Amino acid sequence: MGEILLTSKLKGERLELAAGGSWTATHASELEALVDGVAGEAAKASNVSIDMAGVREFDTFGAWLLERLTREWTASGRETVILGLPEHDRGLLEEMHGVNRQPPIAIARENKIVAGLAAVGRAGAGVGRGLMVFADMLGALGVATVRMALRPREFRFTSTVHQLDRVAWQAVPIIMLITFLIGGIIAQQGIFHFRKFGAELYAVDLVGILILREIGVLIVAIMVAGRSGSSYTAELGSMKMREEIDALRTMGFDPVEVLILPRIIVLIIALPVLTFLGSMAALYGGGLVAWLYGGMSPDIYISRLTEAISLTHFKVGMIKAPFMGLVIGVVACSEGLRVKGSAESLGLQTTKSVVESIFLVIVLDGLFAIFFASIGM
Amino acid sequence: MADDAVIKVRDLLVGFGDQIVLGHLSLDVRGGEILGLVGGSGSGKSVLLRTIIGLLPKRHGSIEVLGVDLDQANEQERRALERRWGVLFQQGALFSSLTVRQNVQFPMRENLGLSPRLLDEMALAKLEMVGLTAQDADKFPSELSGGMTKRVALARALALDPEIVFLDEPTSGLDPISAGDFDELIRTLQQTLEITVFMVTHDLESLYTACDRVAALADGKVVAEGPIATMLESEHPWVKTYFQGKRGAMLADQRMSA
Repeated sequence: MGEILLTSKLKGERLELAAGGSWTATHASELEALVDGVAGEAAKASNVSIDMAGVREFDTFGAWLLERLTREWTASGRETVILGLPEHDRGLLEEMHGVNRQPPIAIARENKIVAGLAAVGRAGAGVGRGLMVFADMLGALGVATVRMALRPREFRFTSTVHQLDRVAWQAVPIIMLITFLIGGIIAQQGIFHFRKFGAELYAVDLVGILILREIGVLIVAIMVAGRSGSSYTAELGSMKMREEIDALRTMGFDPVEVLILPRIIVLIIALPVLTFLGSMAALYGGGLVAWLYGGMSPDIYISRLTEAISLTHFKVGMIKAPFMGLVIGVVACSEGLRVKGSAESLGLQTTKSVVESIFLVIVLDGLFAIFFASIGM
Repeated sequence: MADDAVIKVRDLLVGFGDQIVLGHLSLDVRGGEILGLVGGSGSGKSVLLRTIIGLLPKRHGSIEVLGVDLDQANEQERRALERRWGVLFQQGALFSSLTVRQNVQFPMRENLGLSPRLLDEMALAKLEMVGLTAQDADKFPSELSGGMTKRVALARALALDPEIVFLDEPTSGLDPISAGDFDELIRTLQQTLEITVFMVTHDLESLYTACDRVAALADGKVVAEGPIATMLESEHPWVKTYFQGKRGAMLADQRMSA
């Protein structure tokens, strides 16, 4: 920085400033420091002159800083003159003369305890509102389902098939791969630990019961919540942002009927199918590990499996699946409709949708465990 | 062609796939003028603007802005150049998760390292220059009307006191009164700040009130260039229909009699 932007000379009662160089955005922070520096010097002076003749470049940043300086001095009763400002820069200074006239809006200070309590209250109310939204969506869904049942011709079959392709068919490879690996891991752990008691065969019971009752459906539900739930929320959210949902509504369509019902029905169909495929892949993975790692021949694995598991275990897993699909769908869609105008809120709602639906899936699984235990399944 | 051109486009060829949008187009924008670029929908106006500011790749030709050839410039020179221009996008392109104030402050904060006080003052100054008030500063973009969005976007485009401002359909989607106000605003700001304005527009009114020169784009080329009077004399069929059609003729009459 070779140029001198501002020099000051005190002559008795008079402070003389000479400006030079570029009074532009690039030098704004240096300039501000200089301007603040000379602002104090004027304490002893009763009038000030600023010579702008040496300034080569001048923009709104420079103009504002000059205005700020003169405004402070004029306010404290000092006479301030600006000399040598080129004619074409006068307009800019004039423009700056009018701005920032309003006193800044004071931010009300909050009591910390009150603020804390308010935050707790708001969080509580938020949970309540979340439940309401969930219930609201379930209700709207119920109404839409009844209406569809009365007029089945209006059901959006094409849309449903399209969603089924995305949510179920395209998810098959990844779901089968993951459950295959999980089945293998459970088998390996079971064999490794049961071997100490010489009870390797029971690892097959472990694999069979655990996968059919719990793990198969849980893993699939979590995968689907992350994969399809998030995309539902993002889709509906961005449709909401671009007023597409309002457009549907004004054309006399119910968005729940057009957009949400097909999506949720698809999830209710897809989850049992994926759970079945996933469980089979997991049992296969378990069998492969039992054979390669545990030295258990496939014949023994299969015969042990048929002894260990019953149709009940299979039913328990499969009964849970559609309910989990419903929960994921309802959460994803209602969160999608809560998206507001900003990109940030889209991200926030998508995160919330996934976290909430995984949470609810696990809670639901717990409730089902209690239910099945009490009816002896 | 003029020597004082701040934007020089030569022999520009831009296309997508098999489709050629701009074919061997040349155009000059002189320093300190407001150039209006007109053309039918889909004639490539926005494509030309986006190519100049480097958002779209070109196949052939050269673009020189403020004496810097965009092909020869390295990363650093390009960055420096980008700080010397401001862009107003058609939909405003405000950052939706930042407030109005933060939107305007964003380029300043990233480039200038100002004190918080000066940042606030400059942001408000820019907002007041485009006709907004301190009350609007803490709103989010989703709470703004169309006209306000454009104004904030203009304030953001002007944040670093650029030498060139690119405006992509600044008055589209505004009612005629707001559009007229906006044209006037552009005119005043251009005069006080001494900037060059490159404006893509559909709006005949804007061309009459705000622009010094007009370039008409048709068939991927500039088919007519000059002040409104030149446009009215042009024999090109599209230009003729545009300026001497019902609405064009009406405006022309008004201006001539005024």
